[in-house]
Amino acid sequence: MSAPLIPNLFGVCEVLVLAIVWIIDQILYALAGLIPPLTGLAQWFDPVARRRLGMGPLGSELLIVLVTWLIAVTIIVIWATLINLLTMMWVERKFYSRLQDRYGIMISIWSLPFWPFNRAHRPTHRGTGYLQNIADGVKLLQKENITPRNADSAMFHISPVLIASSTLMIFAALPWSSGFYVANLDLGILFIFAAFSLAPLGILIAGWSANNKYTLVGGLRAAAMLMAYEIPMILSVIALVFFTGSLNPLTIVRQQDRPLVSFGALSIPAWYVFSPQILGFIVFSVSMMAEMERIPFDIPEAEAELVEGWTTEYSGMRFGLVFGFKWLRMIAGAALIAILYLGGWSGPVFVTLSVGGVPVPIVPEEAWFLLKIYLISIVFIWISWSVPRVRIDQILNIGWKKLIPYSLGAIIIAAAAIASGLWSVG
Amino acid sequence: MPEFWINMGPQHPMTHGLWNMKVKVDGETVTDAKPEIGYLHRGYEKIMEVREFQKNVVLTDRLCYVSSITWSHAYCLAVEKMMGIETPERGQWIRVVALELQRIASHLMWLAAYGPDLGLLTGLLWALRERELFLDLIQLMSGARMNQNYPRVGGVRNDLPDNFEAMCRRSIEHFLEKVDNEYQRVFQESKVFHMRTEGVGKISAAEAINWGVTGPNLRACGVNVDLRRLDPYEVYEEIDFEPQVWHDGGAGDSYARFVCRFNELRESCQIILQALEKMPKTGPYRVKAPRRAEGEGYAKTEDSRGEALFYVIGDGDDRPYRVKIRSPVFCTMAATPIMLRGNKLADSVAILGSVDVCVGEMDK
Repeated sequence: MSAPLIPNLFGVCEVLVLAIVWIIDQILYALAGLIPPLTGLAQWFDPVARRRLGMGPLGSELLIVLVTWLIAVTIIVIWATLINLLTMMWVERKFYSRLQDRYGIMISIWSLPFWPFNRAHRPTHRGTGYLQNIADGVKLLQKENITPRNADSAMFHISPVLIASSTLMIFAALPWSSGFYVANLDLGILFIFAAFSLAPLGILIAGWSANNKYTLVGGLRAAAMLMAYEIPMILSVIALVFFTGSLNPLTIVRQQDRPLVSFGALSIPAWYVFSPQILGFIVFSVSMMAEMERIPFDIPEAEAELVEGWTTEYSGMRFGLVFGFKWLRMIAGAALIAILYLGGWSGPVFVTLSVGGVPVPIVPEEAWFLLKIYLISIVFIWISWSVPRVRIDQILNIGWKKLIPYSLGAIIIAAAAIASGLWSVG
Repeated sequence: MPEFWINMGPQHPMTHGLWNMKVKVDGETVTDAKPEIGYLHRGYEKIMEVREFQKNVVLTDRLCYVSSITWSHAYCLAVEKMMGIETPERGQWIRVVALELQRIASHLMWLAAYGPDLGLLTGLLWALRERELFLDLIQLMSGARMNQNYPRVGGVRNDLPDNFEAMCRRSIEHFLEKVDNEYQRVFQESKVFHMRTEGVGKISAAEAINWGVTGPNLRACGVNVDLRRLDPYEVYEEIDFEPQVWHDGGAGDSYARFVCRFNELRESCQIILQALEKMPKTGPYRVKAPRRAEGEGYAKTEDSRGEALFYVIGDGDDRPYRVKIRSPVFCTMAATPIMLRGNKLADSVAILGSVDVCVGEMDK
């Protein structure tokens, strides 16, 4: 049983805020020597003075709480988009390049065109390629933002915002470990699904408003596809709820953090994928692949026949937004699979260091969770670069004729397992 | 939903070249299709009338830049028949090797383009990787990767280099291994690939013949027609090979066309190996062709895409009086609306990818 690196995101942020406040307070005290009226303000920020004056703790002041919230949300957004999104894009581009027998992206810090990076006798584009996505982003920012003349301008511009914001909303309820989360909702999984299914609406709006035949067909394909994969996905989660009795991600992961069978020192964890939920796991993974719009199911933007599908008319950073946030949805999808079926952030802890009496795990929960997310994503990337794209009628057939019956079967199996006492709730 | 026309081209990822496929869709179903060509028309037949016989080889190279040697060879054959000269035996064997190398390179280009048509970009990279091997061999033989200008009226430009045979055998051995292990798995044994190609883009043998479809596309309909067998030119009658014809049910669909072309890769490798075996090791490879000629020359050869036909008339001058080119893709393109009707919009790409379009020779 591992421990989180960040035991409580708000606690960490509050410590951070109070440390910043302390620095500001020292500056205020120094200024108060010159401008005496500042003393009151400085004392308001000073915990010692507050205690003496009979005021409540500083952490419960509305201003400090708001700033703490702001910092916590910023940390999650930066963590998700700036760190994990870029890493995921790099992993994908590097992985499929290797699959296709080529080097792939190679821009790195040594490619920067000024001293001390571009040194003589050193190849500039022979790095690991991590900065390629940043270079692409900068390139897209410089490009002109074109709105087609006959497009419905308001809807055309709302759609990328809708897609981007609804994708970020997922991360409000998605925990990264038992302490690293913004909101701990009782219906967290339901909230995540609700946020997930907002994006196809944005795709439909984008496809319709651009007033282009390719985007129109792409948008309508997204709408037709939505039903085919959302229903089996929700149904397989219903099968899972028979076992968990909860829709809270933290509870679901806690239930899986115990050994199922032990062979001496080794034990198989009680992940739901090793339970009668295996059928639901398969249905969920396939539908998640469609939800992510990865290649066997990426028909709304099938570039072979629809140029770039519903994103055809977007240019500049607006295109970058709708294109890049696909990877964010991929991270969220992989995280959901890990939480629901693969034990989330639970994993063995090998050594715990004691730093000033506080136990610090060598392999924290966040590391296990990221490892699972990236491994699941690599499997998805691997599949999507090895198979051709299916057709719209074929994905509807797969969704309605295969996935929905299988997910209903998963519900029956789960109910039978609970009713027969084979598996107990929670 | 009302039906509407969608332009697939002239600037569109689907079109391998500059042409326009207008498709009329009812929702996702294609109800009608209309190929529009002419964007790349260069007036070949007229340009060739003002150039000398030998210099026209350079032009015919550019008829289809992925299959240059087969086209300039067809032209040279027609001119040789008109002049009444015959290529020395070693020259003929060298031509066969060059033709089959070019056929493999051309088919690999088709395979590479067919992958992205179905959404499989890995296929593109893999096929282009092995195409490099054959471009290297062609470069070793002729000195150029593209537009080789290798066949000449009366023979070929130069003899084979010393190490050619060993390099050729090594490359083919490596390539056959890749075909069996990689292409076969990523294309033919993939279930999604079967879903996308089987039963789509069907055309019956009778209709294909009526519309003038030839080559691998006609062989996929179950018609055993291969000019290398039916009307052997050069030394093809001395080579033992099997034309790749689709024998099973479901003839004439995208999958059958894929399998016929795919198996031709293997068959061409066997032809090259045989040719290297049976080829006379020394001897002249070219005869001197007269500058001026009078008469008619007519040659039809099995190009990578079908029957390539050249008809050359000379009036005693040093340049042709009239040249007629019959392009296989031009005729196949006329039959594509039959293949497209009733299929899904996404299939229009898979079908047009499987017939292997080359706009250079289609528009001439």
